[in-house]
Amino acid sequence: MTVTRDTLIDFIYDEARMLDEGNYTDWLNLWLPDGHYWMPLDYKQSDPINQTSLMYEDMFMLKLRVERLNGARTFSQKPKSRCHHVLQRPFVDEMEETRFVTTTFMHYVETRLDEQQLLAITARHDLALVDGALRIANKRVDIVNCDAAFRNIQLLP
Amino acid sequence: MGTYTDNPAALAALVEPHQVHRDIYTSQEVYLQEMKHLFANAWIFVGHESQTPNKGDYFSTQIGNQPVIQVRHSTGDIHVLLNRCPHKGTKIVIDRQGNTGKFFRCPYHAWSFKTDGCLLAIPLKKGYQDTGLEKTQSGNGMKAVGDVRNYRGFIFARLAEEGISFEDYFGESLTSLDNMVDRSPAGRLEVVGPPLRYLHHCNWKMLVENQTDTCHPMVAHESSAGTAVKLYEELGLPEDAPKPAAMEIIAPFMSAYEFFEDMGIRTWPNGHGHTGVSHSIHSDYSEIPGYLEAMTESYGAEKAKAILADNRHNTVYFPNIMIKGPIQQLRVFIPLAADKTIVESYIYRLVDAPDELTARTAMYNRMINAPTSIVGHDDLEMYERAQEGLMVDGLEWVNIQRLIEEDEDFETEAIENGTTERQMRNQFHAWVKFMTIAMDEKEAAE
Ligand code: FES
Ligand SMILES: [Fe+2]
Repeated sequence: MTVTRDTLIDFIYDEARMLDEGNYTDWLNLWLPDGHYWMPLDYKQSDPINQTSLMYEDMFMLKLRVERLNGARTFSQKPKSRCHHVLQRPFVDEMEETRFVTTTFMHYVETRLDEQQLLAITARHDLALVDGALRIANKRVDIVNCDAAFRNIQLLP
Repeated sequence: MGTYTDNPAALAALVEPHQVHRDIYTSQEVYLQEMKHLFANAWIFVGHESQTPNKGDYFSTQIGNQPVIQVRHSTGDIHVLLNRCPHKGTKIVIDRQGNTGKFFRCPYHAWSFKTDGCLLAIPLKKGYQDTGLEKTQSGNGMKAVGDVRNYRGFIFARLAEEGISFEDYFGESLTSLDNMVDRSPAGRLEVVGPPLRYLHHCNWKMLVENQTDTCHPMVAHESSAGTAVKLYEELGLPEDAPKPAAMEIIAPFMSAYEFFEDMGIRTWPNGHGHTGVSHSIHSDYSEIPGYLEAMTESYGAEKAKAILADNRHNTVYFPNIMIKGPIQQLRVFIPLAADKTIVESYIYRLVDAPDELTARTAMYNRMINAPTSIVGHDDLEMYERAQEGLMVDGLEWVNIQRLIEEDEDFETEAIENGTTERQMRNQFHAWVKFMTIAMDEKEAAE
């Protein structure tokens, strides 16, 4: 397949839709096995390992996170949360033959019971073309007010 | 004014040996009394010296509901000042940290103060000539807290001018802080990055009690720790294959009741105590190459081994912090209202130890204590359900009698079964003591 800007942009929109619809099986399949979902804690943080982040999760943790959402004794998900992404058109920042980088500004809403929170986020996707399919190599999600005190963020921005 | 204000008998009646009244969690009047008495008379954690390494460096935080500034004075000492201009009340610093140079300058009318709080200058000072300004509170510069102590890098303060000394207040409990600092081959810690900040709609004491609640992990955290164990088993990895990092951190939460019973709980006077006397969920972390060697070089083989063998779980320093020595974490439970608490979770780097230790500490912090943590989510859910449940009238007491004994003496150190709620009782014993200590004295003087 030839990857065009539109292919990349569609991919980002499709991923957000999977998250909003709770289609986690397909979502996990988008990932390369050694990928990491990183949500920094500090503004412009550069080190995910030796400093606290909100999330820095490998496939094992992401599977655990997603699997837990449906558990019989997942008390914080009774009732379940719902989420909603609104995307600006993704910027395609880098385009090589098989590696691509996009940056997307989004508003993310997560809600449960009577509470609803809005997070303004910037998502950076490192994408790779592997065996004819686009996959997520890494994803970084920066929350604009990362230094604020948050309540539970239970789904995936 | 109401039922509890400056009424030692009414406040003391909220605590019985085996139960506490729900007003202790739900009453805003009790909360305000805590701010006025408990957080004034006890020694409260302020910050770490590495947050203000250079002269003029400051860090703004709070003691109870009192805004304070930790600042490195020109002499190199750390001072703790109330963050309020003595002129008209403006907070002197607003940002969380920075450097103010040789003096603070209020942004409103430019009164300036040395970094120990002394009044330095007032513009157009002649306007105060012969007005007696020096005899007012405003003429005395920025107010300092009653007493400050830097213990091995950790800054504690007592708001009250008079009161219990630092040593008498903490006593033997300082061994937990010692162990955390001693784990650095240089005997020094440095703060790493900003803390996680997590907002809970519940009373701050629920979070403190949870720190030594060893009967909840396998229940409340089954969805995270139990699922982790299940996923790992499904992977069918050989025994000797490296485990996913999550397993090392999260899986021990699923340990059986016996594990927690055997690990023991120690309590000290004045509300301090810790879980994990003989072992803990931090005991079986994998070894990190080069670390034992560095420790041995600094301390000698025997002492190095002894430091690393002491794997205390959670140490509560009454009233509102918890530290984990083996992973250099400190959590502050900041009371904002009767039903509102922010938890800040800090981590520290062991100076001269391999980076992998910091990496594990950072991993623990985000996996367990972040607002995005699948473990934290269930804890918050429990606290907030309790905060709401406590509104039920006619059932107004919270039980704390697990493994209670007759005539418990909290003024002496004790080691008990690891599932006892003695530490919760110890905290409430100290709560009454420091809530009413100044009131009782006032009464006696009258
Ligand atoms: S309020 Fe600070 S100088 Fe006036
Ligand atoms: Fe917990």
